[in-house]
Amino acid sequence: MLTLTCPYCGVTAEETELTNGGEAHLKRFTSGSSDDDFETYMFLRDNVKGVHFERWRHSYGCGKWFHAARDTVTLEVFGTYRAQTLEPPKDIITAIIAKRPNWSVL
Amino acid sequence: MGFEVSALDGATSNGFAKVSEMGLRGMITLRGDFADRKFKSTVKKIMGTAIPAQRQVLSNGDMRVAWMSPDELLLMVPHATADDTVDALSKSLKSTHHLAVNVSDARAVFQISGEKMRDVIGKVAPVDLSPAAFPVGQIRRTRAAQVPAAFYFVDDTTVELICFRSVAGYMFDLLTRSATKGSDVGFYR
Repeated sequence: MLTLTCPYCGVTAEETELTNGGEAHLKRFTSGSSDDDFETYMFLRDNVKGVHFERWRHSYGCGKWFHAARDTVTLEVFGTYRAQTLEPPKDIITAIIAKRPNWSVL
Repeated sequence: MGFEVSALDGATSNGFAKVSEMGLRGMITLRGDFADRKFKSTVKKIMGTAIPAQRQVLSNGDMRVAWMSPDELLLMVPHATADDTVDALSKSLKSTHHLAVNVSDARAVFQISGEKMRDVIGKVAPVDLSPAAFPVGQIRRTRAAQVPAAFYFVDDTTVELICFRSVAGYMFDLLTRSATKGSDVGFYR
């Protein structure tokens, strides 16, 4: 069971209160973009074994989308952060590197 | 307005805690920027309270203001005054970005009372209800078994729970079942 802390309402919510929104920090390609770019945006996802950034929605709570960094193998959660960002914040990166010294941002 | 009646018309049940449907209550969803001066003064003027802090419920007589999310408040007022309150809010916030809607008739309210009422909620919601983690005066939006719900403790023996009117029957049955005599867990003391 995954337990995540919602950065908007401060609640420690367990999995059944949340909705997964897939991979985080995707760049959106829309009308006017090339077919290849659109295909990448629409269909192609990293299937990471290890550190992964995800979108989650506190759907039974405050209803806000937020991001979480976790390990897909151990389910260890490195932290959650607000969605108003284009990349993981520094403190999250620091927390990940402290636990996974060999990991680096792609 | 014509004949108005709440979802279960005040149904009650008695187990190790008493479950009662509370009848009609005025509820208004108010969204906007909590930091905005006009927004703050409007809530103060109409509800008589400050903007609640994160997950806080503030009371003023028979009115309550609950924190629902960083940009949403739930205002509870007597049912008959809900429309007038929305009008007053809309007038006061006319030039401020906001949303005020009377949602009274989309909701049902339950009260669970008794020494062991925390056990009734504890069985159906994935929430730490110990008085230290969840004190009186806080609200929590979550789920009760299969449906969304929000609840707050009014005092040490009373909790009020809000859900959608369409699932009021399910909620009443669920809470009644959870409060079945002899099934108290005694976890929250």
